[in-house]
Amino acid sequence: MRHLLSTDELSREKAIEILDSASQISRLNQDTTRKFPTLQGKTVVTLFFEDSTRTRISFELAAKRLSADVINFSSGGSAVSKGENLKDTAQTLEALGADALIVRHSASGASYNLAHNGWTSASIVNAGDGTNQHPTQALLDALSLRQGFEIKDGEGLDGKKILIVGDILHSRVARSNLSLLPTLGAEVDAVGPGSFSPGCKYANLDEALETKPDAVMMLRVQKERMNQPLIPSDKEYSRFWGLTEQRVKQVPNSLILHPGPMNRGLEISSYAAESENSLVLSQVKNGLAIRMAVLSMILGSKNEA
Amino acid sequence: MKTVLSESDIARTIRRMAHEILERNSGPFLLLGIPTRGVSLARALAEAIDSISPDVCEVGQIDVGLFRDDRDTRKAKPIAETVIPGSVDGTTIILVDDVLFSGRTIRAALDALSSFGRPAMVQLAVLIDRGHRELPIRADYVGKNLPTSLSEKVSVKTMEDDSEDSVVIE
Repeated sequence: MRHLLSTDELSREKAIEILDSASQISRLNQDTTRKFPTLQGKTVVTLFFEDSTRTRISFELAAKRLSADVINFSSGGSAVSKGENLKDTAQTLEALGADALIVRHSASGASYNLAHNGWTSASIVNAGDGTNQHPTQALLDALSLRQGFEIKDGEGLDGKKILIVGDILHSRVARSNLSLLPTLGAEVDAVGPGSFSPGCKYANLDEALETKPDAVMMLRVQKERMNQPLIPSDKEYSRFWGLTEQRVKQVPNSLILHPGPMNRGLEISSYAAESENSLVLSQVKNGLAIRMAVLSMILGSKNEA
Repeated sequence: MKTVLSESDIARTIRRMAHEILERNSGPFLLLGIPTRGVSLARALAEAIDSISPDVCEVGQIDVGLFRDDRDTRKAKPIAETVIPGSVDGTTIILVDDVLFSGRTIRAALDALSSFGRPAMVQLAVLIDRGHRELPIRADYVGKNLPTSLSEKVSVKTMEDDSEDSVVIE
Protein backbone atom coordinates (compact mmCIF):
# COMPACT_ATOMS: atom_id res chain seq x y z
CA MET A 1 0.00 0.00 0.00
CA ARG A 2 1.57 3.27 -1.10
CA HIS A 3 -1.27 5.74 -0.57
CA LEU A 4 -4.60 5.69 1.24
CA LEU A 5 -6.97 7.82 -0.79
CA SER A 6 -10.33 6.17 -0.61
CA THR A 7 -12.10 3.22 0.98
CA ASP A 8 -13.18 2.16 -2.53
CA GLU A 9 -9.71 0.85 -3.22
CA LEU A 10 -9.59 -1.39 -0.13
CA SER A 11 -10.26 -5.08 -0.61
CA ARG A 12 -11.92 -6.98 2.22
CA GLU A 13 -8.58 -8.66 3.05
CA LYS A 14 -6.69 -5.37 3.14
CA ALA A 15 -9.38 -3.67 5.23
CA ILE A 16 -9.39 -6.50 7.76
CA GLU A 17 -5.59 -6.46 7.85
CA ILE A 18 -5.68 -2.75 8.79
CA LEU A 19 -8.35 -3.38 11.46
CA ASP A 20 -6.39 -6.30 12.92
CA SER A 21 -3.13 -4.37 13.06
CA ALA A 22 -4.93 -1.45 14.69
CA SER A 23 -6.53 -3.64 17.31
CA GLN A 24 -3.13 -5.17 18.16
CA ILE A 25 -1.66 -1.69 18.45
CA SER A 26 -4.44 -0.55 20.75
CA ARG A 27 -3.89 -3.65 22.90
CA LEU A 28 -0.18 -2.79 23.15
CA ASN A 29 -1.13 0.65 24.41
CA GLN A 30 -3.70 -0.57 26.93
CA ASP A 31 -1.56 -0.68 30.06
CA THR A 32 0.91 2.04 29.25
CA THR A 33 1.58 4.40 26.39
CA ARG A 34 4.27 3.00 24.19
CA LYS A 35 6.42 4.60 21.56
CA PHE A 36 7.61 2.49 18.63
CA PRO A 37 10.75 3.11 16.52
CA THR A 38 8.94 2.06 13.33
CA LEU A 39 9.13 5.36 11.43
CA GLN A 40 12.42 6.67 12.77
CA GLY A 41 13.97 9.08 10.27
CA LYS A 42 10.73 9.54 8.30
CA THR A 43 9.09 12.93 7.92
CA VAL A 44 5.33 13.20 7.99
CA VAL A 45 3.58 16.44 7.09
CA THR A 46 0.00 17.15 8.04
CA LEU A 47 -1.21 19.39 5.24
CA PHE A 48 -4.54 20.83 6.30
CA PHE A 49 -6.29 23.33 4.05
CA GLU A 50 -9.44 23.01 6.12
CA ASP A 51 -10.02 23.40 9.83
CA SER A 52 -9.75 20.31 11.93
CA THR A 53 -8.76 19.53 15.47
CA ARG A 54 -9.36 15.90 16.17
CA THR A 55 -8.20 14.46 12.86
CA ARG A 56 -5.02 16.52 12.77
CA ILE A 57 -4.17 15.85 16.40
CA SER A 58 -4.91 12.16 15.95
CA PHE A 59 -2.64 11.88 12.90
CA GLU A 60 0.08 13.95 14.56
CA LEU A 61 0.01 11.78 17.67
CA ALA A 62 -0.06 8.58 15.58
CA ALA A 63 3.04 9.68 13.63
CA LYS A 64 4.83 10.73 16.83
CA ARG A 65 4.04 7.43 18.58
CA LEU A 66 5.80 5.76 15.64
CA SER A 67 8.83 8.08 16.07
CA ALA A 68 8.38 10.03 12.81
CA ASP A 69 9.23 13.72 12.61
CA VAL A 70 6.00 15.66 12.21
CA ILE A 71 5.50 19.01 10.55
CA ASN A 72 2.13 20.69 10.81
CA PHE A 73 1.11 22.82 7.89
CA SER A 74 -2.17 24.63 7.85
CA SER A 75 -3.22 27.05 5.18
CA GLY A 76 -4.55 29.60 7.66
CA GLY A 77 -7.09 30.94 5.22
CA SER A 78 -4.70 31.81 2.41
CA ALA A 79 -6.48 33.10 -0.68
CA VAL A 80 -4.20 31.67 -3.35
CA SER A 81 -6.09 29.78 -6.04
CA LYS A 82 -6.41 26.14 -5.02
CA GLY A 83 -4.72 24.18 -7.79
CA GLU A 84 -1.53 26.21 -7.86
CA ASN A 85 -1.32 26.48 -4.15
CA LEU A 86 -1.57 22.76 -3.66
CA LYS A 87 1.07 22.02 -6.31
CA ASP A 88 3.55 24.57 -5.03
CA THR A 89 3.10 23.48 -1.45
CA ALA A 90 3.49 19.83 -2.36
CA GLN A 91 6.68 20.52 -4.30
CA THR A 92 8.12 22.60 -1.49
CA LEU A 93 7.47 19.83 1.00
CA GLU A 94 8.90 17.29 -1.39
CA ALA A 95 12.09 19.33 -1.64
CA LEU A 96 12.31 19.28 2.14
CA GLY A 97 12.16 15.49 2.08
CA ALA A 98 8.64 14.73 3.28
CA ASP A 99 7.94 11.00 3.13
CA ALA A 100 4.19 11.25 3.65
CA LEU A 101 1.64 14.01 3.25
CA ILE A 102 -1.56 13.76 5.24
CA VAL A 103 -3.92 15.95 3.29
CA ARG A 104 -7.21 17.61 4.10
CA HIS A 105 -8.67 19.85 1.45
CA SER A 106 -12.07 21.32 0.71
CA ALA A 107 -11.85 20.21 -2.92
CA SER A 108 -12.97 16.66 -3.63
CA GLY A 109 -10.16 14.79 -5.37
CA ALA A 110 -7.32 16.91 -3.96
CA SER A 111 -5.56 13.87 -2.52
CA TYR A 112 -6.01 11.89 -5.71
CA ASN A 113 -4.41 14.73 -7.63
CA LEU A 114 -1.42 14.84 -5.31
CA ALA A 115 -0.94 11.10 -5.50
CA HIS A 116 -1.29 10.72 -9.25
CA ASN A 117 -0.05 13.70 -11.17
CA GLY A 118 3.62 13.49 -10.38
CA TRP A 119 4.00 16.63 -8.26
CA THR A 120 5.49 14.67 -5.42
CA SER A 121 6.81 11.20 -4.72
CA ALA A 122 5.62 11.24 -1.11
CA SER A 123 2.93 8.84 0.08
CA ILE A 124 -0.47 10.51 0.38
CA VAL A 125 -3.01 9.83 3.09
CA ASN A 126 -6.40 11.38 2.50
CA ALA A 127 -7.63 13.00 5.71
CA GLY A 128 -10.79 14.31 4.09
CA ASP A 129 -11.30 15.82 0.65
CA GLY A 130 -14.40 17.95 0.18
CA THR A 131 -17.53 15.83 0.14
CA ASN A 132 -15.69 12.81 -1.24
CA GLN A 133 -13.76 10.59 1.18
CA HIS A 134 -12.30 10.33 4.67
CA PRO A 135 -10.98 6.77 4.71
CA THR A 136 -9.40 6.64 8.18
CA GLN A 137 -12.71 7.76 9.69
CA ALA A 138 -14.55 4.85 8.07
CA LEU A 139 -11.82 2.45 9.22
CA LEU A 140 -12.04 3.65 12.79
CA ASP A 141 -15.84 3.40 12.65
CA ALA A 142 -15.52 -0.17 11.40
CA LEU A 143 -13.06 -1.02 14.19
CA SER A 144 -15.37 0.52 16.83
CA LEU A 145 -18.30 -1.44 15.41
CA ARG A 146 -16.32 -4.67 15.38
CA GLN A 147 -15.39 -4.16 19.03
CA GLY A 148 -18.91 -3.06 19.93
CA PHE A 149 -20.37 -6.21 18.39
CA GLU A 150 -17.62 -8.27 20.07
CA ILE A 151 -16.49 -9.73 16.75
CA LYS A 152 -13.08 -11.43 16.71
CA ASP A 153 -9.98 -10.20 14.88
CA GLY A 154 -9.72 -11.51 11.34
CA GLU A 155 -13.43 -11.12 10.68
CA GLY A 156 -15.64 -8.48 9.07
CA LEU A 157 -19.06 -7.13 9.99
CA ASP A 158 -21.04 -9.76 8.16
CA GLY A 159 -24.81 -9.47 8.37
CA LYS A 160 -24.84 -6.42 10.64
CA LYS A 161 -27.36 -3.71 9.78
CA ILE A 162 -25.96 -0.20 9.98
CA LEU A 163 -28.13 2.90 9.60
CA ILE A 164 -26.36 6.11 8.58
CA VAL A 165 -28.46 9.17 9.40
CA GLY A 166 -28.17 12.77 8.27
CA ASP A 167 -26.48 14.81 5.59
CA ILE A 168 -25.53 11.97 3.25
CA LEU A 169 -25.16 14.36 0.33
CA HIS A 170 -22.35 16.45 1.81
CA SER A 171 -20.74 13.85 4.02
CA ARG A 172 -17.40 12.28 3.17
CA VAL A 173 -17.80 10.19 6.31
CA ALA A 174 -20.99 8.70 4.88
CA ARG A 175 -19.40 8.11 1.49
CA SER A 176 -16.37 6.38 2.98
CA ASN A 177 -18.55 4.17 5.16
CA LEU A 178 -20.95 3.41 2.32
CA SER A 179 -18.12 1.73 0.49
CA LEU A 180 -16.15 0.24 3.39
CA LEU A 181 -18.92 -1.29 5.52
CA PRO A 182 -20.48 -3.31 2.67
CA THR A 183 -16.95 -4.48 1.73
CA LEU A 184 -16.80 -5.87 5.26
CA GLY A 185 -20.15 -7.59 4.78
CA ALA A 186 -22.50 -5.17 6.56
CA GLU A 187 -25.86 -4.03 5.20
CA VAL A 188 -25.91 -0.26 5.13
CA ASP A 189 -28.86 2.06 4.76
CA ALA A 190 -28.41 5.81 4.43
CA VAL A 191 -31.32 8.00 5.50
CA GLY A 192 -32.15 11.64 6.11
CA PRO A 193 -34.46 14.43 4.98
CA GLY A 194 -34.93 14.70 1.23
CA SER A 195 -32.56 17.64 0.89
CA PHE A 196 -29.80 15.61 2.57
CA SER A 197 -30.60 12.15 1.35
CA PRO A 198 -32.46 12.27 -1.96
CA GLY A 199 -34.73 9.30 -2.45
CA CYS A 200 -34.87 8.37 1.22
CA LYS A 201 -37.87 6.13 1.78
CA TYR A 202 -38.54 7.19 5.36
CA ALA A 203 -40.30 10.34 6.51
CA ASN A 204 -38.45 10.55 9.79
CA LEU A 205 -35.97 8.74 12.00
CA ASP A 206 -38.69 6.83 13.89
CA GLU A 207 -39.71 5.03 10.72
CA ALA A 208 -36.10 4.26 9.85
CA LEU A 209 -35.46 2.88 13.34
CA GLU A 210 -38.30 0.41 12.89
CA THR A 211 -35.93 -1.64 10.73
CA LYS A 212 -34.08 -2.38 14.03
CA PRO A 213 -30.55 -1.55 12.92
CA ASP A 214 -27.66 -3.06 14.89
CA ALA A 215 -25.97 0.34 14.92
CA VAL A 216 -26.96 3.92 14.19
CA MET A 217 -24.34 6.30 12.83
CA MET A 218 -25.35 9.95 13.21
CA LEU A 219 -23.69 12.48 10.91
CA ARG A 220 -22.92 16.03 11.84
CA VAL A 221 -25.06 18.72 10.23
CA GLN A 222 -22.29 20.52 8.35
CA LYS A 223 -23.39 24.09 8.04
CA GLU A 224 -20.06 25.04 6.44
CA ARG A 225 -20.81 22.86 3.45
CA MET A 226 -24.32 24.13 2.81
CA ASN A 227 -24.29 27.07 0.46
CA GLN A 228 -28.06 27.34 0.80
CA PRO A 229 -30.35 26.49 3.68
CA LEU A 230 -31.24 22.81 3.27
CA ILE A 231 -33.11 22.34 6.51
CA PRO A 232 -35.93 24.65 7.63
CA SER A 233 -34.64 25.01 11.18
CA ASP A 234 -32.45 23.25 13.72
CA LYS A 235 -35.49 22.48 15.85
CA GLU A 236 -37.33 20.87 13.02
CA TYR A 237 -34.32 18.78 12.03
CA SER A 238 -33.91 17.60 15.57
CA ARG A 239 -37.63 16.77 15.84
CA PHE A 240 -37.66 14.63 12.69
CA TRP A 241 -34.12 13.30 12.44
CA GLY A 242 -32.30 13.92 15.72
CA LEU A 243 -31.32 10.95 17.91
CA THR A 244 -33.36 11.98 20.94
CA GLU A 245 -33.63 10.17 24.26
CA GLN A 246 -37.00 8.76 23.22
CA ARG A 247 -35.58 7.34 19.99
CA VAL A 248 -32.60 5.77 21.79
CA LYS A 249 -35.11 3.95 23.99
CA GLN A 250 -36.90 2.76 20.87
CA VAL A 251 -33.77 0.80 19.86
CA PRO A 252 -32.20 -0.16 23.20
CA ASN A 253 -29.77 -2.66 21.65
CA SER A 254 -28.37 -0.51 18.84
CA LEU A 255 -24.88 0.91 19.09
CA ILE A 256 -24.54 4.66 18.55
CA LEU A 257 -21.77 6.32 16.57
CA HIS A 258 -20.95 9.92 15.73
CA PRO A 259 -17.78 11.09 13.99
CA GLY A 260 -17.64 14.34 16.00
CA PRO A 261 -17.61 17.16 16.63
CA MET A 262 -21.16 16.72 17.88
CA ASN A 263 -23.88 19.33 17.68
CA ARG A 264 -25.59 18.29 20.88
CA GLY A 265 -29.30 18.94 20.76
CA LEU A 266 -29.28 19.05 16.95
CA GLU A 267 -28.48 15.69 15.36
CA ILE A 268 -27.70 13.92 18.63
CA SER A 269 -28.98 14.41 22.16
CA SER A 270 -26.70 14.37 25.19
CA TYR A 271 -28.60 11.31 26.36
CA ALA A 272 -27.67 9.43 23.17
CA ALA A 273 -24.06 10.63 23.18
CA GLU A 274 -23.54 9.48 26.75
CA SER A 275 -25.67 6.35 26.73
CA GLU A 276 -23.94 3.05 27.44
CA ASN A 277 -24.38 2.03 23.81
CA SER A 278 -22.50 5.09 22.59
CA LEU A 279 -19.16 4.36 20.88
CA VAL A 280 -18.21 8.03 20.50
CA LEU A 281 -15.16 7.92 22.77
CA SER A 282 -14.00 4.54 21.54
CA GLN A 283 -14.14 6.02 18.03
CA VAL A 284 -11.63 8.68 19.07
CA LYS A 285 -9.40 6.11 20.75
CA ASN A 286 -9.55 3.78 17.77
CA GLY A 287 -8.75 6.69 15.47
CA LEU A 288 -5.24 6.82 16.90
CA ALA A 289 -4.70 3.07 16.49
CA ILE A 290 -6.07 3.05 12.92
CA ARG A 291 -3.81 5.93 11.92
CA MET A 292 -0.78 4.24 13.47
CA ALA A 293 -1.61 1.07 11.57
CA VAL A 294 -2.10 2.95 8.29
CA LEU A 295 1.11 4.99 8.66
CA SER A 296 3.15 1.91 9.57
CA MET A 297 1.79 0.04 6.56
CA ILE A 298 2.34 2.91 4.14
CA LEU A 299 5.73 4.12 5.34
CA GLY A 300 7.06 1.25 7.39
CA SER A 301 7.30 -1.37 4.70
CA LYS A 302 8.56 -2.00 1.24
CA ASN A 303 5.81 -0.99 -1.15
CA GLU A 304 4.50 -3.52 -3.58
CA ALA A 305 3.79 -0.98 -6.29
CA MET B 1 13.43 -29.56 -1.64
CA LYS B 2 15.01 -31.62 1.13
CA THR B 3 13.57 -32.50 4.52
CA VAL B 4 16.13 -31.69 7.19
CA LEU B 5 14.11 -32.60 10.28
CA SER B 6 11.12 -34.90 10.38
CA GLU B 7 8.30 -34.83 12.88
CA SER B 8 10.05 -37.27 15.23
CA ASP B 9 13.37 -35.40 14.84
CA ILE B 10 11.67 -32.19 15.89
CA ALA B 11 10.00 -33.83 18.89
CA ARG B 12 13.36 -35.24 20.04
CA THR B 13 15.11 -31.90 19.47
CA ILE B 14 12.48 -30.04 21.47
CA ARG B 15 12.89 -32.49 24.38
CA ARG B 16 16.67 -32.06 24.31
CA MET B 17 16.34 -28.26 24.25
CA ALA B 18 13.90 -28.44 27.17
CA HIS B 19 16.53 -30.32 29.21
CA GLU B 20 19.23 -27.80 28.26
CA ILE B 21 17.02 -24.90 29.27
CA LEU B 22 16.28 -26.52 32.64
CA GLU B 23 19.98 -27.23 33.22
CA ARG B 24 20.79 -23.55 32.92
CA ASN B 25 17.75 -22.13 34.70
CA SER B 26 16.80 -23.24 38.18
CA GLY B 27 14.33 -20.46 38.93
CA PRO B 28 11.13 -19.56 37.10
CA PHE B 29 11.36 -18.18 33.57
CA LEU B 30 9.15 -16.93 30.77
CA LEU B 31 9.23 -18.31 27.22
CA LEU B 32 8.31 -15.68 24.62
CA GLY B 33 7.66 -16.91 21.09
CA ILE B 34 8.17 -14.60 18.13
CA PRO B 35 5.24 -14.79 15.65
CA THR B 36 4.44 -16.71 13.64
CA ARG B 37 6.28 -20.05 14.04
CA GLY B 38 8.14 -19.05 17.20
CA VAL B 39 4.85 -19.00 19.07
CA SER B 40 3.95 -22.63 18.44
CA LEU B 41 7.57 -23.68 19.13
CA ALA B 42 7.48 -21.82 22.45
CA ARG B 43 4.30 -23.70 23.36
CA ALA B 44 5.86 -27.03 22.41
CA LEU B 45 8.96 -26.21 24.47
CA ALA B 46 6.82 -25.16 27.44
CA GLU B 47 4.92 -28.44 27.24
CA ALA B 48 8.16 -30.43 27.19
CA ILE B 49 9.56 -28.42 30.11
CA ASP B 50 6.34 -28.87 32.07
CA SER B 51 6.49 -32.63 31.71
CA ILE B 52 10.01 -32.67 33.20
CA SER B 53 9.67 -29.98 35.81
CA PRO B 54 6.17 -28.60 36.37
CA ASP B 55 5.40 -24.97 37.24
CA VAL B 56 8.75 -23.37 36.37
CA CYS B 57 7.87 -21.74 33.06
CA GLU B 58 5.19 -19.54 31.65
CA VAL B 59 4.67 -18.92 27.97
CA GLY B 60 3.70 -15.85 25.95
CA GLN B 61 4.45 -14.18 22.66
CA ILE B 62 5.96 -10.91 21.47
CA ASP B 63 5.45 -9.32 18.05
CA VAL B 64 8.42 -7.41 16.67
CA GLY B 65 6.94 -5.87 13.49
CA LEU B 66 6.89 -2.30 14.77
CA PHE B 67 10.49 -2.59 15.98
CA ARG B 68 12.18 -3.88 12.84
CA ASP B 69 14.96 -1.83 11.25
CA ASP B 70 14.62 -3.47 7.83
CA ARG B 71 11.03 -2.53 7.06
CA ASP B 72 12.10 -0.56 3.99
CA THR B 73 13.55 -3.62 2.32
CA ARG B 74 10.97 -6.27 3.06
CA LYS B 75 7.24 -6.60 2.82
CA ALA B 76 5.72 -6.07 6.23
CA LYS B 77 3.58 -8.72 7.84
CA PRO B 78 0.43 -7.60 9.64
CA ILE B 79 1.03 -6.87 13.29
CA ALA B 80 0.46 -9.97 15.42
CA GLU B 81 -0.62 -10.29 18.99
CA THR B 82 1.68 -9.67 21.95
CA VAL B 83 0.84 -11.54 25.16
CA ILE B 84 3.14 -11.17 28.14
CA PRO B 85 1.89 -12.95 31.27
CA GLY B 86 3.01 -11.05 34.35
CA SER B 87 5.74 -8.44 34.34
CA VAL B 88 8.96 -8.33 32.32
CA ASP B 89 10.84 -6.53 35.10
CA GLY B 90 13.31 -8.78 36.87
CA THR B 91 12.16 -11.88 34.96
CA THR B 92 14.34 -14.36 33.10
CA ILE B 93 13.10 -14.35 29.51
CA ILE B 94 13.84 -16.91 26.85
CA LEU B 95 13.02 -15.73 23.34
CA VAL B 96 11.97 -18.50 20.99
CA ASP B 97 12.10 -18.34 17.20
CA ASP B 98 12.10 -20.87 14.38
CA VAL B 99 15.11 -19.79 12.29
CA LEU B 100 18.07 -17.63 13.32
CA PHE B 101 19.41 -15.92 10.20
CA SER B 102 20.55 -12.28 10.02
CA GLY B 103 19.79 -11.68 13.70
CA ARG B 104 17.62 -8.66 12.91
CA THR B 105 14.43 -10.20 14.23
CA ILE B 106 16.14 -10.88 17.55
CA ARG B 107 17.50 -7.34 17.69
CA ALA B 108 13.95 -6.07 17.14
CA ALA B 109 12.67 -8.46 19.82
CA LEU B 110 15.22 -7.11 22.31
CA ASP B 111 14.00 -3.57 21.58
CA ALA B 112 10.38 -4.66 21.90
CA LEU B 113 11.17 -6.34 25.23
CA SER B 114 12.82 -3.26 26.64
CA SER B 115 9.68 -1.27 25.88
CA PHE B 116 7.91 -3.54 28.38
CA GLY B 117 10.50 -3.35 31.12
CA ARG B 118 13.91 -4.56 32.21
CA PRO B 119 14.28 -8.33 32.27
CA ALA B 120 16.80 -9.89 34.66
CA MET B 121 18.25 -11.92 31.80
CA VAL B 122 17.40 -12.67 28.19
CA GLN B 123 18.31 -15.93 26.48
CA LEU B 124 17.58 -17.17 22.99
CA ALA B 125 16.34 -20.55 21.78
CA VAL B 126 16.01 -21.35 18.06
CA LEU B 127 15.11 -24.51 16.24
CA ILE B 128 17.45 -23.82 13.29
CA ASP B 129 20.60 -21.70 13.13
CA ARG B 130 21.34 -21.18 9.44
CA GLY B 131 24.25 -18.75 9.81
CA HIS B 132 24.78 -15.50 7.83
CA ARG B 133 24.53 -13.23 10.86
CA GLU B 134 24.52 -9.47 10.22
CA LEU B 135 24.66 -8.59 13.91
CA PRO B 136 26.65 -9.85 16.92
CA ILE B 137 23.85 -12.13 18.14
CA ARG B 138 24.03 -15.84 19.00
CA ALA B 139 21.58 -18.38 20.37
CA ASP B 140 21.89 -20.04 23.78
CA TYR B 141 19.98 -23.12 22.67
CA VAL B 142 20.09 -24.41 19.11
CA GLY B 143 17.99 -27.28 17.78
CA LYS B 144 20.14 -27.81 14.72
CA ASN B 145 22.98 -25.94 13.08
CA LEU B 146 22.26 -25.90 9.38
CA PRO B 147 24.95 -24.47 7.09
CA THR B 148 23.18 -22.84 4.14
CA SER B 149 23.91 -20.68 1.16
CA LEU B 150 22.15 -17.32 0.88
CA SER B 151 20.08 -18.50 -2.07
CA GLU B 152 18.55 -21.36 -0.11
CA LYS B 153 15.30 -21.03 1.76
CA VAL B 154 14.73 -22.74 5.09
CA SER B 155 11.14 -23.21 6.18
CA VAL B 156 9.95 -24.54 9.48
CA LYS B 157 6.45 -25.97 9.50
CA THR B 158 4.52 -26.53 12.69
CA MET B 159 1.40 -28.53 13.43
CA GLU B 160 -0.42 -25.40 14.64
CA ASP B 161 0.28 -23.28 11.57
CA ASP B 162 0.82 -25.76 8.75
CA SER B 163 -0.72 -29.02 10.10
CA GLU B 164 2.65 -30.80 9.99
CA ASP B 165 5.94 -30.68 11.87
CA SER B 166 8.96 -30.50 9.58
CA VAL B 167 11.96 -28.45 8.51
CA VAL B 168 12.69 -28.29 4.80
CA ILE B 169 15.39 -26.58 2.77
CA GLU B 170 14.80 -25.42 -0.81
